[in-house]
Amino acid sequence: MTLLAFDWLLMIEKLILIAIIVFASLGIALYTTFAERKVAALLQDRPGPERAGPFGLFQPFADGLKLITKEEIIPGSANKGLFILGPGLAMTAALMTCSVIPWSSHVELFDRKIDLQIADINIGILYIFGVVSLGVYGMMIGGWASNNKFSLMAALRGASQAISYELAMGLSLIAVLMLSGSLSLKTIVDQQMAAGNLWNIAYQPLGFLIFFICALAECNRTPFDLPEAENELNFGYHQEYSSMKLGFYLFSEYINMIMSSAVMACLFFGGYDIPFLDESKLAVNTAAIIGVLALLTKIVIFIFVFMWIRWTVPRFRYDQLMNVGWKKLIPLALFNMLLTGAIILWQQG
Amino acid sequence: MNTVQILFFFLSVLAIFSAVMVLFSKSPVHSVLWLIAVFFAISGHYILLNAQFLAIVNLIVYAGAIMVLFLFVIMLMNLNANAEPKKYWWMKFAGVISGGCFLVVLVSLVQQATELTGKQALVKEGNIGLIKNLGKVLFSDFVLPFEISSVLFLSAMVGAVVIGKKD
Repeated sequence: MTLLAFDWLLMIEKLILIAIIVFASLGIALYTTFAERKVAALLQDRPGPERAGPFGLFQPFADGLKLITKEEIIPGSANKGLFILGPGLAMTAALMTCSVIPWSSHVELFDRKIDLQIADINIGILYIFGVVSLGVYGMMIGGWASNNKFSLMAALRGASQAISYELAMGLSLIAVLMLSGSLSLKTIVDQQMAAGNLWNIAYQPLGFLIFFICALAECNRTPFDLPEAENELNFGYHQEYSSMKLGFYLFSEYINMIMSSAVMACLFFGGYDIPFLDESKLAVNTAAIIGVLALLTKIVIFIFVFMWIRWTVPRFRYDQLMNVGWKKLIPLALFNMLLTGAIILWQQG
Repeated sequence: MNTVQILFFFLSVLAIFSAVMVLFSKSPVHSVLWLIAVFFAISGHYILLNAQFLAIVNLIVYAGAIMVLFLFVIMLMNLNANAEPKKYWWMKFAGVISGGCFLVVLVSLVQQATELTGKQALVKEGNIGLIKNLGKVLFSDFVLPFEISSVLFLSAMVGAVVIGKKD
């Protein structure tokens, strides 16, 4: 058979990796919903969910079961095809991001070197941008197909917010790319791991701050959760949704949070690097496992900060949101870009 | 047939089918969504030609930004089939004739172009489309056109702000 002459083993290896990463991110997202409730409880000085299982650990499964078993309602005046497409798109876009994130270095199994990254493409960061900009469609299509004016308003808000903050995010990223000279996330992480190099946060504190604020806005987290402002818009763009379709929307928000934490960890905090430890001295497989744990720790810390902000800061008004995005963050990001460029030129002599 | 050919035919069929659906969809929102599918298929072609940067920028700019604005406008105008202006038969006839003429011109142009005769597309090889080489070419050989087009963009942006400003 000359048809499809390519490395089938590589294909199988990648499929297994994809399955592991997708299920792991779904599992983590499941427990992120639990963590959200626990953190909220902690910050509001109350116990939080504690009935299902020890410390309430089975609560996410109870929630999931509840969502799945609820009645599915598609409103009569809704556009049926697009109504179903909306949550699917939101979920797909959220999960697609994970394919370019380097989860760790490589492991050696059965005499094969297996990279713990699904695809090391040389446009890694731009790929993430492309996928993020597609995530907007899930929201817009869902909001429009519901045929409800509140949903539509929320969807329009969400889309304009995402487009506005993507600009500042891209500009803050350019400074990082000027330092690294590569778009591949793997290369960016490797450069931060190399001996004598600090993490990018040391060179780009302002860039990180801008990127973090934009990530909050892209994930629709408070103080940027205008698309879900329940006191103005009832419930937001997923108002007409019920059962697991609503679950998909809520879930995709948490997966987006995990993925943006992973991207921030890779870009600014050394990815799977452990500070003050030379990974090259360890056995390959041990180093890989420690690397995964290091990256997960960084992700968890970021998620905690996301939640901490959500339960501390009140929501912006819509005009304030646009002012911050266009009049503060973009000029700041441009300034950061110019400064970085000038310093790089000056160092090159 | 190897993998590249299978992918090429799949993407081509997808692109043409989606493009036809853009024309035949009754609802403008569906048309926009099919158009996004066309952009995806074309980006797939760019990747087959190893022009990854072009592929992803095509998605970010067209599918990610411009089409979102299209959707915005269409959703807010709330167009539907009976709000469409009535078209007379001679209008349709004239449209078909002029469109057909344009198609003939395009096809003959592509067929006769001397730059294209005897050339083959570089599939899966050729590295001018990679971001490093593209950047070098843009900022050395084509720096003047590049800067002029950026000035053009800037003036368009200023113009949009001036028009959009209420006074």
